[in-house]
Amino acid sequence: MVDVVYAVLVAPFKDMAGSPAFLVEVLIGGVFAGLMYSLVALGFVLIFKASGVFNFAQGVMVLFAALTLVGLLERGVPVVLALALTTAVMVALAFAIERFVLRPLVNQEHIILFMATIGLNFFLEGFGEMLWGANVKKLDIGIPDRSFVVRGVQINELELTAAVTAALLVTLLAMFFQKTRIGRALRAVADDHEAALSIGIPLKTIWVVVWSVAGVVAIVAGLMWGAKSGVQFSLSLIALKALPVLILGGFESVPGAIVGGLIIGIGEKVGEVYWGPLVGGAIENWFAYVLALAFLLARPQGLFGEKIIERV
Amino acid sequence: MTLRVLLVGTLALILAGGLPLTKAQAAGEIFIPLLVYRTGPYAPNGIPIANGAADYFTLVNERDGGINGVKITFEECEDQYDTKQGVECYERLKAKSPVLVNPYSTGITYQLIPRAPVDKVVVHSMGYGMTASADGRWFPWVFNFPMTYWSQASAFVKYVALQEGGMDKLKGKKIAHIYHNSPYGKEANPTLEELARRHAFELTLLAVDHPGQEQKATWLQIRRLNPDWIYISGWGVMNQVAVKEAAAIGFKMDRVVGNWWTGTEVDVIPAGDAAKGYKSMNFNAPGAGFKVHQDINKFLYDKGKGAGRRDGIGEVLYNRMVVNAMLNVEAIRTAMTKYGNKPLTGEQVRWGFENLDITEKRLEELGMKGMMRPLRVTCDNHEGNGLAFVQQWDGKKWNIVSDWIEPIRDVVRPKLEAAAVDEAKKLNYTMRDCAKEK
Repeated sequence: MVDVVYAVLVAPFKDMAGSPAFLVEVLIGGVFAGLMYSLVALGFVLIFKASGVFNFAQGVMVLFAALTLVGLLERGVPVVLALALTTAVMVALAFAIERFVLRPLVNQEHIILFMATIGLNFFLEGFGEMLWGANVKKLDIGIPDRSFVVRGVQINELELTAAVTAALLVTLLAMFFQKTRIGRALRAVADDHEAALSIGIPLKTIWVVVWSVAGVVAIVAGLMWGAKSGVQFSLSLIALKALPVLILGGFESVPGAIVGGLIIGIGEKVGEVYWGPLVGGAIENWFAYVLALAFLLARPQGLFGEKIIERV
Repeated sequence: MTLRVLLVGTLALILAGGLPLTKAQAAGEIFIPLLVYRTGPYAPNGIPIANGAADYFTLVNERDGGINGVKITFEECEDQYDTKQGVECYERLKAKSPVLVNPYSTGITYQLIPRAPVDKVVVHSMGYGMTASADGRWFPWVFNFPMTYWSQASAFVKYVALQEGGMDKLKGKKIAHIYHNSPYGKEANPTLEELARRHAFELTLLAVDHPGQEQKATWLQIRRLNPDWIYISGWGVMNQVAVKEAAAIGFKMDRVVGNWWTGTEVDVIPAGDAAKGYKSMNFNAPGAGFKVHQDINKFLYDKGKGAGRRDGIGEVLYNRMVVNAMLNVEAIRTAMTKYGNKPLTGEQVRWGFENLDITEKRLEELGMKGMMRPLRVTCDNHEGNGLAFVQQWDGKKWNIVSDWIEPIRDVVRPKLEAAAVDEAKKLNYTMRDCAKEK
């Protein structure tokens, strides 16, 4: 018993203190991974914030965006033009989703809209595969993937680029929601569709805008994750990594997606490296959910989610 | 004998299963179901495998008119590498009376093993599945030749020893096994642990959860451990990320060795030039320079009958399935030496598998000399006497960089036999006496 207590409560901390440079590397690894999760979580947050819909297809949107980009690059389209064309495709997709999925289901229960996004998920997966094939594709947009060492701490250039990109994107999105007229309209729609409509906010336009922005976020996430693992159908599974981030950060908070991502990223890396070996390793996936659930017990709406108070 | 007696007698025989005339047999053909995954997350691996099977079986029909005149019919069923769907596929295609099945998934293999003796369908899990089923005394219907995961792991350790200057030089060396956290990924662990004890090397086991898109914590541990060698048992996206992470931390790529499911073209593509030097185990030679490939081009692709892209011919997994399909065909051909050149039953094909003897001469006749080693299967040894080699990625293609390596059989076989007893007990099997079977 004493041995177990020592192994769980003492040894990991001694290990951390004994090798601070490695601890810093673990923490940095956690921060980078967390920001990568945040990139995916952001897409969910945007759509949930504006429409109250949990978009099951967000992971596939990341995949679809990355497939489109790499497909264009493979055909010799220059990077900048390929990015512009991919953005156009994602905006067109947003229009199509609004016209053919959301509009016919307006005023339906959220669960119905959620089911519709499940359908959308499988459609996009199959359509993307039909269009671009199922092979693993190398995504090379010039981001270096080397590592450098600062005071014994190894830092990967690709991960650093992804982290900076994620931070920039979040800042832009936060400003978009807080400072712009359309951002405020988005928040109004999220609070109450009918009330928003009554004061002249065009619901259709708002939905197109928000799905387009989520599409752009999907491109960035697809770029970063695609550069890491190659563009392939497993990319859609990264949505699973975003779920604990959402639980923790709240489904409707942009800063929550970032802070949640950081907590999950750091938590799972520290957990895996220092406590994982005690139970045979591979704990980071479920550890992230345990961490999120622990937070949930204290704050059911997530760290930054809005507390819902309803009159009964 | 009156007509009535004859009719009643025939009917009784049919009802008793004495004349198991299937649809394929009635048509003078042999049916082989193909459980494939051309879509979904594992499609990059599944497509070359599916193409290899379809191409080789079609080649046998087109070039040779079938196996000794008996045509092969096959039908693909998409399972997305999902165990549940794979079993559904098997159950659906079972109605067509298959004689054998290649599950191409360890999960599906485990599900089909108990069904094999009931349905009288041979399960050939070539280089995957349940290692213990290589003991044919307990598992008469399951074959995993030319090698098992355990033999492969021992061949890897032997290769490391060869590079280090001998088995005695393993002492004190650090080897890390990064594995997919699944029954498949864990298969090599007992063998590696046993060999670590015997040869005093330090073994670290690092599990990666499915799907393996994020492995940062694992590679942080590798950085701290700084092992001499890394062995990877991965699948799907885990492979690509592992190769990329190894390169990103600056680990010497020629000291990273994947198992034979972690060494395909798609595994090294995302890492680009950084993957140069990465190695993997294999038991089938890569490349499209064999006579069988010329035949595939001539009889199929030149006539628009190929299953995939012409430039996919010769890929590691394509060749693996071509070898797999060839072994299926040769097992059926072997069975025909005893039962005649006609559509066979599963029982008869099982005998063919158990008496398979692929010689160097036969490989040459098949246009596959050098593509694999001669192979002999026996009643008690369903793994056969296969050997492995190490291949290395040069940035454009895989090259063979070792001789054929004999597994450490005196370590593997006793463990395998003990495991077979355990696994067979779970299924209430009894051991048969191979001396009595001929």
